[in-house]
Amino acid sequence: MKKTINIANGQGFWGDSIDAPKKLINNKILDYLTLDYLAEVTMAIMQKQYHKSADRGYAHDFVEFVSNSVDQILENNIKIITNAGGVNPYTCAEEIKSKTNDELKIAVVEGDNIIDKIDEYIDSGIKFDNLDNGKDILEIRDKICSANIYIDSFVVAEALKYNPNIVLGGRITDPGLVVGPCLHEFGWDKKDYNKIAAATVAGHILECGAQCTGGNHTRWWEVENFVDIGYPIVSISDNALFDIHKDSKSGGLINKLTVTEQLLYEMGDPRRYLSPDVTVDFTSINLEDTNNNKVSVSNVKGMAPTDTYKVAVNYISGYKANGKLTVTAPYAKEKATKIGQVIIDRLKNNGIIFDDYKIDYIGYNSCSAQSLPVNDNSNEITVSISVKDKVRSKIERFSKEIAPLITNGPPGITGFAGGRPKVQEVISYWPTLISKDIVKTNVRIY
Amino acid sequence: MKIKLLDIACARSGDKGDSSNIGIAFESEEVYHWAVEKVTPNKVKDHLKGIAKSEIVRYELPNLLSLNFIIKGSLEGGGSDSLLHDAQGKTHAQLVLLMDIEVPDFFSKYIYTIPDLEK
Repeated sequence: MKKTINIANGQGFWGDSIDAPKKLINNKILDYLTLDYLAEVTMAIMQKQYHKSADRGYAHDFVEFVSNSVDQILENNIKIITNAGGVNPYTCAEEIKSKTNDELKIAVVEGDNIIDKIDEYIDSGIKFDNLDNGKDILEIRDKICSANIYIDSFVVAEALKYNPNIVLGGRITDPGLVVGPCLHEFGWDKKDYNKIAAATVAGHILECGAQCTGGNHTRWWEVENFVDIGYPIVSISDNALFDIHKDSKSGGLINKLTVTEQLLYEMGDPRRYLSPDVTVDFTSINLEDTNNNKVSVSNVKGMAPTDTYKVAVNYISGYKANGKLTVTAPYAKEKATKIGQVIIDRLKNNGIIFDDYKIDYIGYNSCSAQSLPVNDNSNEITVSISVKDKVRSKIERFSKEIAPLITNGPPGITGFAGGRPKVQEVISYWPTLISKDIVKTNVRIY
Repeated sequence: MKIKLLDIACARSGDKGDSSNIGIAFESEEVYHWAVEKVTPNKVKDHLKGIAKSEIVRYELPNLLSLNFIIKGSLEGGGSDSLLHDAQGKTHAQLVLLMDIEVPDFFSKYIYTIPDLEK
C-alpha cells in the first residue's frame, strides 16, 4: 500500500482546456489523472445527442485525448478517472479501444443512468418530488429527457480493483473522481467518515480545474503566467492529510486565498455538504500556506451520509433565443432602449407575446443591475434580447426580427455577423432524491 | 474610514440552482470578526439592488475567516431556464467587492494595496 498518492485534475467541465490533460499526462509523479466533463445540463445535452444517434452521448474530447496519449498513459502508469462517459460510456469505451489498438483496459462504471427506468419507478409509486419546490414529478413526467443518479465513490474503488488504465463513468460525483482512488489505495472503511470527508474536500478543491490555482482569483494581478496556468495536484496520505500544489514549472498561484475561494465555490450550508459517501463539515477544515504555491489541508470532519442519492432529472420546458445588436454614441443608451422596445412591439403587433423576455444592456448594466453607478454616456452598448416560450414557432419568429433593425431602426447599429439567433430548447433542472437501496451499480470491463 | 470591501477581502460566486452563492474570505481574525458584525445579509441586499430581490442567508466559517451568502432567487430560474446575461451568478462576487464599507481607522494596517494595473 502506498503512503502518499498524487492525483491531478485536468478538466473542470466539458469545454475546459484541451492542453491541461496533455501536460499532466507527462507528469511522471502522478498516480491518477481525473477529468470532469459533466455539469447539470451536460447530461441532458448528451442524452439528446444519444437520442439522435446511438453512437453518441459522451465527451468526444476525451476519446481524442486518450487516442493521442496512449504511450504516456502506459509509460507513466497514470490511471485516468473520468465521467466522460456521459450517458453512453459503452460506446465511449469501444471507441477508445478501436482507436488505440486495444492497448488500454477500461473499467466502465454503470448504474447512474436511470432514464430507461424512471417511468417504471414512478409507476411503482416512488416519489421524485422536486427538492427545491416540493412539486410532484407527474407535472413534468412526459417531458423528461435525462435522469442520472449521483452514484457513490465506492464503485469507482471497486472498478480500480480490476487494475484498469481508465475508469470511465457517467454521473460519478465530481469529488468522487478523487475519493474513488483514495478508497482503493488506502482501503478505508465506509465508516472512516473523517478520512472520506478529507478526500471529498480534496476533490471539491480540484473539481473546477484551475479555479484553485489562480483561475477566477480576486487578485488576478498576482497570478503569474496565465498563459501556462498549472492545473491542480493533490498529494494525499493514508492519514487523510493532503497538500494542494501544481507543477513547479507551470504558471498560476496557489495560496490560502485561492484555495479558500474554491472551497466556498457553489457552497450551500457549509456544515452539511452532502455527498453520496459522507456528509462534510466545511467549518472544520484547517488550511496552512507554505508560501511556495502549496497549501496543506488538515482536520476535516465528516459524518454519516444520508440514506438517499441525489438524482439530476432534466426536462424540456420550452424554447428560447437570444439576439444581440451593438449601438454606438451619440445616445447609445437611448438608442439601445428604443431598439429593444421596437423589436418587442413589432412582434406584439403580429400577435406574438412571450411567456418571458428580457432586454439587457451589455456594457451598461447587464450584470450589475442597479448595484453600481452607470455611465449614461457610454461610447457603445450591446443590446441583448432574450425570449422564452413554450411555443417554438414564436421563438423562430423572434429570430427573424433582429436584423431588420440595422436598416429600419435608429442609426449606428452593427454586430450582426453571426446571423439569425438560434432557437434553443430550454432544459430545466429537477433535482430529486432516490433511496440508496433501490440503486444497483456495476463495473463492466472493456 | 470609508473603503470598498475589495480592499480587505477576496470573493467568489457561483450558482446553486435558482440562487447564487457568494463566498467572501478575509485575511485576519480581527477583520473577520468585524465582518461578522457588519457585513450582514441586509447590507449585502442593499448593495445588490436588482439582483438580491428576496431572502439572503448567511453562513459563518470562522476556520476559513469566511462568510458564505446565498442570494435566493437571484438567478431568475437558474441554469438553462434563466434569461439573465449572467445566469450562473459568476460576476456577483466582483459586484459585492465594490460595496462601500465604513471601517475603523486602525484597519489601515489590513488594507491590501492594489498595484497600478495600467502599467
